Amino acid sequence: MTGLTFELLCMQLLTGIALGSIYALLALGLCLIFGMLNVVNFAHGAFFMVGAFIGVYFLGVTGNFWFSLLLTPLLTGCLGLLTERFLVRPLYGRGLDYPLLLTFGLSYVLIEVMRITFGIEGLPSITPDGLGGSINVGIGYFPKYRLFLIAATALIILGVWFLIQKTRYGLIIKAGAADQEIVKVLGVDIAKVWLLVFGLGCAIAGLSGILASPTRSVNPEMGVPILAESFVVTVVGGMGSPVGAVVAGLLVGVVYSMTSLFFPDLAELSIFVLMAVVLLIRPQGLFGKAGAMG
Amino acid sequence: MNSLFQLIARHRVLTSTIFLAIFPFVMPYEALAINILIFGLFAMGFNLLFGYMGLLSFGHAAFLGIGSYLTGIGIVHYGLPWGIAILAGVIGAAIGGLIMGFLAIRTRGIYFSMVTLALGQIVYYIFYKAESLTGGENGLRGVRVDPFNILGIPVDFLNPVVKYYIILFFVVIAIWLISRILNSPLGAVMEAIRENEKRAAACGFDVAKTKLLVFILSAGICGLAGSLRALHLSIVPIDSLHYLQSGQAVMMSILGGMGTFFGPFVGAAVMLYLEDVVTTFTKHWMAVVGLVFMFFVLFFPKGIWGTILSKLQINQDSK
Repeated sequence: MTGLTFELLCMQLLTGIALGSIYALLALGLCLIFGMLNVVNFAHGAFFMVGAFIGVYFLGVTGNFWFSLLLTPLLTGCLGLLTERFLVRPLYGRGLDYPLLLTFGLSYVLIEVMRITFGIEGLPSITPDGLGGSINVGIGYFPKYRLFLIAATALIILGVWFLIQKTRYGLIIKAGAADQEIVKVLGVDIAKVWLLVFGLGCAIAGLSGILASPTRSVNPEMGVPILAESFVVTVVGGMGSPVGAVVAGLLVGVVYSMTSLFFPDLAELSIFVLMAVVLLIRPQGLFGKAGAMG
Repeated sequence: MNSLFQLIARHRVLTSTIFLAIFPFVMPYEALAINILIFGLFAMGFNLLFGYMGLLSFGHAAFLGIGSYLTGIGIVHYGLPWGIAILAGVIGAAIGGLIMGFLAIRTRGIYFSMVTLALGQIVYYIFYKAESLTGGENGLRGVRVDPFNILGIPVDFLNPVVKYYIILFFVVIAIWLISRILNSPLGAVMEAIRENEKRAAACGFDVAKTKLLVFILSAGICGLAGSLRALHLSIVPIDSLHYLQSGQAVMMSILGGMGTFFGPFVGAAVMLYLEDVVTTFTKHWMAVVGLVFMFFVLFFPKGIWGTILSKLQINQDSK
């Protein structure tokens, strides 16, 4: 391979981290909902897709990216609240499969609603003003938007970390995940906590949708492959481990971009191979507790 | 009424054969009946794993697709006789099941669903990338069944009614096999694992081996459904491997009634008929099917057939 330089490798690494940021965010949302409610949100990819549509639509109408970035998680978050309250809540206590099946059905409906609203072609993705073009990062030119993506993801992850580790709400969330009975006895309205956590997870999914939209095509099916990929991240990281979600998200992104540098044809497969290897060595995932899921 | 259902349950292979033999005459057209036959078999194969052993796989499109593609590739590229091509599809799907099952049964519960979904995506990409063999995005075209004779009588596979009964022949064999599996000691172990895995292990059953074996059987049956679908459509669309196809098996099982013998067939019939009716006035049938599915998950988790059986208080464990 000619032209393979240290700079090229570093650039590819950076590309991988940008891609991995989206994976990390999605897996973090999945992980929050699972850790607390014991629900795997099969509509997570659909919420990601809805976020991209809402974001790009409002960006097109208002021309203001920051407004869109604020509005999208609010709307997808509200959609998440409605989903938990009216669809997921009646299914608590009926086993793990039912909420999973219900959210799967919901993803069908969300895909069709977007097709009806925006057509099957989807929307053209827009790179926000001021974030187009490339910037010299010392070793070469790198797209500005991807740097922004990495920074934004880091901020969101820090925010979630702060919420969970440093606030009273976080304490309740952690306690609720560990032992909901005790939390109930202590007088916390756990149903409200579940509602908010589900909404938060969906808001993060929607936010990753708008953040990812300039880097991929916005169409009703965009949530399907990314759902499979976020599951890979979750399996690699270990179910229910937020640290695992972030680390594995970045790892999967880097593996993908490195493989596409050396073996472009195998890029899509590489992350699944990674998952297979992790399953063989550590079925519980890199950061999962032994026996928790295995 | 009650005794009628009990009679159906007792002679389930015979009753399903009789029903399926007259089925094309109650459907609006034969192609729909053939589709229901094929997807009914697909859902039954899936239900073996999900309904009877409690493992929710989201990767079963892989086996439908492997069956379809191997049969198609055998006929198109290697000129195999169609009977041999079906065999290739079934064996290929079973081997696929062995590999996927080996990885997936290392995990439990929701994790299992996620792993099977991800592994199903691998199969999708492999067939998608092998464009010279599979036709990639355009699908594999030209899966023809040459004219042949049975006992000296020429058979026209293109005639929908003839095609229906040839496919039915294979489906009935599979139904008989599924019924045998469920009535065998293996069937009892499967249900023991579904009810309580730890207890089944404590009773001395090899849980991992049983899971793997059932996974392979389920994959093989879904592979047969795929093979038959390739012959029916005479093309293999890449959609066969799509994860929404896996979802269809799940939805059909739930709609009809998981863990019941006829449930998946009822689910397939209702869903495909619904799709057929809905597409006449809107192309957005997925929304309708999705809503109906959500309605059933919320209010009728036992599905159509399962609800009927429990209303009639029949021991629906399908025996």
